[in-house]
Amino acid sequence: MAMMRYILQRLLYGLILMLGVVVLNFFLIHAAPGDAAEVIAGEMGGTTEEMMAQIRAHYGLDQSIMVQLWIYLKQIAMGDLGTSYHFNRPVTELILQRLGPTVMLALSAQLIAMLLGVVLGVLSSRRPQGILSGFVSVFSTVGYAAPVFWTGLMLVILFAVWIPLFPVEGYVSARFRGTGLAYALNVAWHLVLPATTLGILFLAQYARLSRTAMIEVLGADYIRTARAKGLGEGKVTFNHALRNAVLPILTIAGLQFGNLISGALLVETVFNWPGMGRLAFDSVLRRDYPTLLGVLFFASAFVVLANLLTDLSYRFADPRIRTGGR
Amino acid sequence: MRLTRRTFVGTSASLMALGLGPVSAQERRGGQLVIVTGENPRHLNPAVQSGVATAIPGTQIFASPLRVDENWDLHPYLAESWALAEDGLSLTLNLVSNAKFHDGMPVTSEDVAFSIMTIKANHPFQTMFGPVESVETPDATTAIIRLSQPHPALLLALTGALCPILPKHVYDDGQEMPTHPANNAPIGSGPFKLAEYRPGEQITLQRFDEFFIEGRPYLDEIIIRIVRDASSVTLSLESGEADAGMITDSTAISRLSATDGLMVTPRGFEGIGPIQWLAFNTRVAPLDDMRVRQAIAYAMDRDFILNALMRGVASSQKGPIIESSPFFNPDMPSYNLDLDRANALLDEAGHPRGADGTRFTLTMETIPGRDSATGNIPEYLRSQLREVGIEVELRASPDFPTWAGRLASGDFMMSMDIVFNWGDPVIGVHRTYLSTNIRPVIWSNTQGYANPEVDDLLERAGRETNFEERKALYGQFQDIVGEELPVYWINALPYHNVFDDRIGNPPLTIWGMMQAMDQVYWTEDR
Repeated sequence: MAMMRYILQRLLYGLILMLGVVVLNFFLIHAAPGDAAEVIAGEMGGTTEEMMAQIRAHYGLDQSIMVQLWIYLKQIAMGDLGTSYHFNRPVTELILQRLGPTVMLALSAQLIAMLLGVVLGVLSSRRPQGILSGFVSVFSTVGYAAPVFWTGLMLVILFAVWIPLFPVEGYVSARFRGTGLAYALNVAWHLVLPATTLGILFLAQYARLSRTAMIEVLGADYIRTARAKGLGEGKVTFNHALRNAVLPILTIAGLQFGNLISGALLVETVFNWPGMGRLAFDSVLRRDYPTLLGVLFFASAFVVLANLLTDLSYRFADPRIRTGGR
Repeated sequence: MRLTRRTFVGTSASLMALGLGPVSAQERRGGQLVIVTGENPRHLNPAVQSGVATAIPGTQIFASPLRVDENWDLHPYLAESWALAEDGLSLTLNLVSNAKFHDGMPVTSEDVAFSIMTIKANHPFQTMFGPVESVETPDATTAIIRLSQPHPALLLALTGALCPILPKHVYDDGQEMPTHPANNAPIGSGPFKLAEYRPGEQITLQRFDEFFIEGRPYLDEIIIRIVRDASSVTLSLESGEADAGMITDSTAISRLSATDGLMVTPRGFEGIGPIQWLAFNTRVAPLDDMRVRQAIAYAMDRDFILNALMRGVASSQKGPIIESSPFFNPDMPSYNLDLDRANALLDEAGHPRGADGTRFTLTMETIPGRDSATGNIPEYLRSQLREVGIEVELRASPDFPTWAGRLASGDFMMSMDIVFNWGDPVIGVHRTYLSTNIRPVIWSNTQGYANPEVDDLLERAGRETNFEERKALYGQFQDIVGEELPVYWINALPYHNVFDDRIGNPPLTIWGMMQAMDQVYWTEDR
């Protein structure tokens, strides 16, 4: 019952946060110079003042900003995120088309980063001065420092042009017409390079964090006790040490979700991955307010949800939190 | 056949000349063509939207009355013949009788009339059908276009993306054209029909089996892949994931030119006429003085820009009309690097050097997102103008609306700009120099340039149907603006088409890929 009340309370806070995100961003994007009518005029190759006025009237851009905000809030209260100025299609439809690819990319990258990062971190923590530990340190630093678009381009040149193992761009091959498993495999083939690119960025952080946490935990008294009891090194490392070192990793996993979405933006652009990041980026440039606000609405919902899941996973991973420290 | 005043009746010989005869053994049927583009269309209806992004799919979906080849010669398309009246005030189009829209409905003169009047009312190029008063439809296959004055650009305006024939039964339902739902799911009578449109990602077009030209198109499918990152466009072409594309970046042009199996060519952009220039705000001091603008022109080394900054892939552009156009005046005033003359002009204009050697400071805008085309020109100009005592502050805009807003409102001194000629000066040139077109919208006469003599020359050239006389009028116009320099024309943008070299009959007319690709085929299995 307490758990349910806790979840509902967090969801309520989340809703207030999302409303704040929408209102704040509404004012921010309207504060930027120019509007959608100028972008449309530019894309049309020029236009007349009359047409500009028509466009502004059609999209309600001729109303005061407070009236526009009120209309928008009423719309989203009814579950309608509006119509894209650029695509002239419902924003919800555009976002739902891109939701799957972005979630797939973000989760795959998170999985790659967490699994490989933790394994590398744990292995290197066992011999902090060893070769593997040195490699993990150098790789982590380079992986974290390298701009994600550079990493992406390097991987494309290496694994798509020089050694053509993977495609240069896209979600599914342009010529591909299969369905079912063949389709899934084609998508997975396209996912490898973008997920690896995004994963490398976060892998570095997980590796460094788990290495540091493990080194600290491995020096604790209860580890010495476990070893003194005659437990094997594997059991000591994975059953005793890792479970205690995992809390900071989970914390970072939750906090990183927002970063993961913003990292996905660049990766989606480099790999032409049809996700929400690219949609958001293009919407900013086009002053496509409804689409941008819709993407931010969804993104903030994700972050709220990811943080809630992180909190819940603490309770699962650490009984002290579940019982309130008793 | 050039675009001159004439009375012309198309014959079957024209059809043969355009390769509309029987399919030879070499012209293989089938296959997919993947085109990669960095341009993202708002929708797929060129009747209410200009630009390459809409024009490429739009011309596959919609047929137009006429089409044009690489020599600017006109050919029949939906109109099997046409006749311009002796007084130049009407044009009769005789339509083919077997054309159908993709939904099976016949294409009639009613559709032609509806389309032309829709374009006139909604297309950004208002001059294109400006003189059209009405379109009469005496029978299902005859459309007579009535004009208020002779209109030399009319025939070209009936080609390619400029005049898609829309199905009246779909669009004439009272909804606004620019936001009509059918713009995203268009039905035309072109060689390919829309199979799937994933906005911002991919457009899939399938062969239309009932296309009115027998045996066409050869390809089964055209897939237009929208790739926003310029590097990925290049790599897609290099790796063979895409078969055709358009590029402007000089590095990419050099790289792909050296790639086996690709044909890289600047051909196919003669119609667009993409010109890069430095625009001056002629309403603000000191740029309101012609001598200052001329001094800036004399301070620039165009050869250095073309050969070093553009790596030799861009061509020179010395005037307002693209140099490949028959209306370009090669004798118009031009400016070669001459720092002494530049300094003298600035002294004469009353701008002596100060103690620090500076005469005055100017700001210069750059177009966001066009870095690959503009290259290092702004930085180069900055250092060159410092040589003659002009300091330049570069003012970057974070995005297109910011830049467009500054130019439209006159909040600028100088700006890099890229403007297209669009085939005929009436369509793409007049708008920059007519004083009646000084308006607060982008790509109008944002320079604020006004010269009654230029207005008069352009107005006369806009209705002169005798080719030589019209050319003479444009010649005078170029002489005047060449001297007064409301803008300084730098280069033709290095647009290049890239094709897999196994593609037969690649689209290299003046409209390039912005014209129906029913004649394109694979010479061997891909």
